[in-house]
Amino acid sequence: MSESWPWLTLALLGAYHGLNPAMGWLFAVALGLQERRRGAVLQALPPIALGHAAAVFLAVLVIGVAQVVVPLDALRYACAGALILFGLYKLIRRRHPRWVGMQVGFRDLTAWSFLMATAHGAGLMLVPVLLKLSEETHDGSGHANHANHASHAAGAGGPTLVTDLAVLGIHTLAMFAVMGLVAMVVYEKLGVTILKRAWFNVDLLWAVTLVAAGVVTLVI
Amino acid sequence: MALWRPDPSFYPSPRMAMRGPREKLAYVVVLNPDEALHLNGDRRPDAVAVLDLDPDSGTYGQVVGRVEMPNAGDELHHFGWNACSSALCPYAPHPHVERRYLVVPGIRSSRIHIIDTRPEPREPRIVKVIEPEEIHERTGYSRPHTVHCGPEGVYVSTLGSPEGEGPGGVFIMDHESFDPLGAWEVDRGPQYLAYDFWWHLGYDTMITSEWGTPNMIEGGLVPEKLLGSEYGHQLHLWDLRRRRHLQALDLGEEYQLVLELRPAHDPSKTYGFVNAVVNLNDLSSSIWLWHRENGRWGIRKVIDIPAEPAEPDQLPPALKDFAAVPPLVSDINLSLDDRFLYVSCWGTGELRQYDVSDPFNPRLTGSVHLGGIVREAAHPKTGQPLNGGPQMVELSRDGRRVYFSNSLYAAWDAQFYPEGIRGWIVKLDANPEGGLTIDPDFFIEFEEGERPHQIRLEGGDSSSDSYCYAS
Repeated sequence: MSESWPWLTLALLGAYHGLNPAMGWLFAVALGLQERRRGAVLQALPPIALGHAAAVFLAVLVIGVAQVVVPLDALRYACAGALILFGLYKLIRRRHPRWVGMQVGFRDLTAWSFLMATAHGAGLMLVPVLLKLSEETHDGSGHANHANHASHAAGAGGPTLVTDLAVLGIHTLAMFAVMGLVAMVVYEKLGVTILKRAWFNVDLLWAVTLVAAGVVTLVI
Repeated sequence: MALWRPDPSFYPSPRMAMRGPREKLAYVVVLNPDEALHLNGDRRPDAVAVLDLDPDSGTYGQVVGRVEMPNAGDELHHFGWNACSSALCPYAPHPHVERRYLVVPGIRSSRIHIIDTRPEPREPRIVKVIEPEEIHERTGYSRPHTVHCGPEGVYVSTLGSPEGEGPGGVFIMDHESFDPLGAWEVDRGPQYLAYDFWWHLGYDTMITSEWGTPNMIEGGLVPEKLLGSEYGHQLHLWDLRRRRHLQALDLGEEYQLVLELRPAHDPSKTYGFVNAVVNLNDLSSSIWLWHRENGRWGIRKVIDIPAEPAEPDQLPPALKDFAAVPPLVSDINLSLDDRFLYVSCWGTGELRQYDVSDPFNPRLTGSVHLGGIVREAAHPKTGQPLNGGPQMVELSRDGRRVYFSNSLYAAWDAQFYPEGIRGWIVKLDANPEGGLTIDPDFFIEFEEGERPHQIRLEGGDSSSDSYCYAS
């Protein structure tokens, strides 16, 4: 059970990201209403998921590369600090990414989703899990010595890559599934009136989650 | 202040906005014409007045609040909200801001006032003043006019440069700090004159219209320039996303003063209405429809309102030679269901209602007479001749109540109503199936030297909000 929690967390965070209207389902619904067809909702989902995955991949990449040059403990403190500061910043300065444009194709939607996920720190939120996983990868491959990172990170390319792809896959799949489900339910059944009643301030909760992720990074 | 729920006055679609609660207050700018015209007036500044529109209130139909500007001579004109339904737009959502601040420019002073309508909506307070120098420096523009709350900031149109020449254009203000961020246009193409702007958010398209440069209007309408077709007669279409000029639509140079833009509220529709104030050939006014076909935009005239014959001795000097009173259609307003268009004939003293369900073939469904250069039609409450005429017209979200004021622009008021305009605001009741009646009990008269202009309804009205979700 203790080994599966990082994966479960990844999936849950994926679902959480998928649930956030700013991450894409709302845009998909709006495009469907604009063109008055369900196909437009469905078409919008893959590029949005792709852009989200790209933002997460960026975080995975940065953590992976950082481990080569920085000891894991130092990295942990740096990431925890970054998460807490970013979360607090989002609590205090509630800015939103600037974007104008409803006439969007596949490429635009991917770019938009990447931008939104990055600006909201969606990838950053996964950092505690990423660190936990890389710790386990290292432990599992017999390099328990934290002080000896540079050598084993370079040597453990195989399992690391598989882990990274699994991270990306599980998170994105969960995000995609929840986003798609919410988009279809809102488009087909509830209608956008739901926005007036059910759209609580996800951004505030999101900022708190970032701070929490920072704290978790410190304690795990 | 961030909210936990979206501001209740934000609506995803225009149809949903129509089902919202009835407005209970209105804000209206009142200007001191003597100061606007530098007539050695009393140095009394312009103000924003609060009107009570709640029929259950003891002060219904009265001015119940007022905030004066810090300087005299601003000439308050049009204004708007810091945030509106466009905050729900899916690509940059931020629905937990408040519709709270009025952004109120002085069209003559180029000063912009930020007025807080909370916590007590009847006691608005000025919380920030942006001086003209800051606007000039940051944007290059001057004489701010229309204010719209856009998906990622407050957009403001301007008439020209600090020197009073062109080009006029649009700038963006940060919707939290209200700092002017800079000129909006990346490529303005042939556009030089400016006035109003709005957009089709579903199609990433902005539309701008043309009045004249500050130097062409501030001393009054210049007859030689008018007869020389130098005032605006075009619309401009822009790529809202890339901020580039796409296409100019010319009404023909005999159609002068192309002013108020009313695009369909439904973001999936691609048409809108604009008024041309005067046709040089016969003094008629006209309403035009812009529309998109096969990726290109076109424009055609859909309503003609003729001038009415009049005895020269009934007319102001500017019109005596024509022996006719022009309708001078100077404002229009479109109901949120895109069904009824309201048309203010400021010269002839008439407010018309057209059914525009088929936008290419409008049908006249209602008309009332109030004021007018010759007609001076009375209001049932007073029975006295009225001067000025229907001008800035605002429509409640549900489309049932029409409010309008009677002054245009101080320097032009003096040409068409040289005896001076006594300010008033009235209300009409609109039948949902067509037809207009004057509310006989609602008549707000303003003091001498106080002219009401644009009216904004609490919680949004039919020209304040933009929507990203098709009905």
